[in-house]
Amino acid sequence: MEEESKSWYQRLRHGIQTATKSKKETPDGLWHKCEHCNETSTVKELKENFFKCPKCQFHERIGSAEYFEMLFDQGYLRLYDDLLSYDFLEFTDLKAYKSRLESAVQKTGLDDAMAVASGTIDEQPLVIAAMDFRFIGGSMGSVVGEKIARSIDFCLKHKTPLMIISRSGGARMMESAFSLMQMAKTSVKLAQLAEAKIPYISLMTDPTTGGVTASFAMLGDFNLAEPGALIGFAGPRVIRETIKKDLPEGFQTAEFLLDHGFLDFIVDRSELRSQLSTLLMLLENRAKPRKQATAKETES
Amino acid sequence: MVFLEFEQPLESLYEQLEQIKQIEAQGDVDVSATIRDLESKIVQTKKEIYSNLSGWQKVQLSRHPERPYTLFYIQKMFTNFVELHGDRFVNDDKAIIGGLAQFDGRTVMLIGHQKGINTKMRQYRNFGMANPEGYRKALRLMKLAEKFDIPVITLIDTPGAYPGLEAEERGQAEAIARNLLEMAQLKVPILCYVIGEGASGGAIGIGLGDKVFMLENTWYSVISPESCSSILWRSWDFKETAAEALKLTADHMAEFGLIDGIVKEPLGGAHNDPDAMAVTLTKHMKAELKALKKMSSEERINHRVEKYSAMGRFQVKSAIAE
Ligand SMILES: [Zn+2]
Repeated sequence: MEEESKSWYQRLRHGIQTATKSKKETPDGLWHKCEHCNETSTVKELKENFFKCPKCQFHERIGSAEYFEMLFDQGYLRLYDDLLSYDFLEFTDLKAYKSRLESAVQKTGLDDAMAVASGTIDEQPLVIAAMDFRFIGGSMGSVVGEKIARSIDFCLKHKTPLMIISRSGGARMMESAFSLMQMAKTSVKLAQLAEAKIPYISLMTDPTTGGVTASFAMLGDFNLAEPGALIGFAGPRVIRETIKKDLPEGFQTAEFLLDHGFLDFIVDRSELRSQLSTLLMLLENRAKPRKQATAKETES
Repeated sequence: MVFLEFEQPLESLYEQLEQIKQIEAQGDVDVSATIRDLESKIVQTKKEIYSNLSGWQKVQLSRHPERPYTLFYIQKMFTNFVELHGDRFVNDDKAIIGGLAQFDGRTVMLIGHQKGINTKMRQYRNFGMANPEGYRKALRLMKLAEKFDIPVITLIDTPGAYPGLEAEERGQAEAIARNLLEMAQLKVPILCYVIGEGASGGAIGIGLGDKVFMLENTWYSVISPESCSSILWRSWDFKETAAEALKLTADHMAEFGLIDGIVKEPLGGAHNDPDAMAVTLTKHMKAELKALKKMSSEERINHRVEKYSAMGRFQVKSAIAE
């Protein structure tokens, strides 16, 4: 995406730096310093608090695996882990896309910027496709698009609701127009899901920008976001340069989007599981389970 | 006439031609042979220049200040155009225009980006950069077309969706996303042409169709070469390199199967002979519309789903291991 990707690179670097930093500073049992309030807590406390700062509730950036563990009942099935990106355009900027991919795989242990799993929440089936920002800024290339397309085929076949957790700087420039076309591809597939009247929940987390926001992230039957998440089309820096003015405080935050009518609600990560459970139950139009859905322990 | 850097050899030839023609006007000497010589030299030089354009040079041609825009084609190719304004909620976006018109004996819904033709109009049109209202107007018109069983034609020419404060407040991302979702299932034919710049979400926001074509000297990409240079090369100086790396020209896009074909431009670009361009485009549109009308709406929608689902290149791990 033209507009957002200026900041994409900054965020990418920031993302990688924080990932490495927190790895060094916060092995299990050690301390975690909140980048938001600067307070320290133990990693155990952080994990027990759904990866939110125990002091200020700042939502740390987490990945697909953490969401799967946090949200699903015991046991879930990972899907489409065999899809891999490759440098079909032989795109080289300061670095070759090929080596960018290799180092991303090496650094993160992930295959790409999205992982998919099928499981249940309080015994209600759900497919979750979640993005990993650590992998090239959560950028959307062919693999992300294909994983979403296949997830939707899976949901159509099994009549299962879909949730996509977005955390992305936008399209992956190194796949050029192929990445742009993933916007069309994912939307065309989501339209099929909508025609089949299968629910689609979109959860936007920090950050969700560019071509991801301008396609599947904004197309939920239910648009949810985590508190404080940056959500927008163009990145803040590009907007600032365009209008040559400072941006108002809180611009492009989840709260800002809720205020302007683009979100159904903001959900604290500790409430996410129970909210999803309730939503799925309401959509299934069943009686509420006797036992109130409680957030599951996050340690695996 | 405006000459781009790589057209400099032409500029001097045209200057010489101009001078000779003045001499001819005085009527003292017979210069017809020299004129013929110069004219054939111009054609020859044009062929040399334009048969070998780089990605960046095509980007420049696509932005040529004299290049025909949507309104030109509407005037030349369509009759009884009735412009329809407004998104019914906020305002009327001037960067995207639309309306009903007659084409080849039948009514069509036309939607296109419009860049201004002079400084004042460029501001009025916001340089062809639409706000959410532009995309929502486009959607309103598409739904109207669907209601009355009228095919949709879109003309794409934008440096991008407007990255402004109000655009964000009013949901630029949502507007583009909504269009993609709705265009995916629209029951009437959608025929799209990139007539100039096809920048990113701003272009695809009216660019999802049964058939998508690019004029010969246009580009379509996830990002402009300049922005790509500034992000990936961390400098504005690599736009030529970025343009090559992005493989954003019509021939690359056709080779990738991301568009359905290329419409040839007059030698030197559409602005060299806009009328001829309009004639070519008319012929092309007639044939394509005819073919699309033969399909049922169900067939068209299925075809759209299949076409876009197939876009993307990736490897499968198990296949690699084998
Ligand atoms: Zn904190």
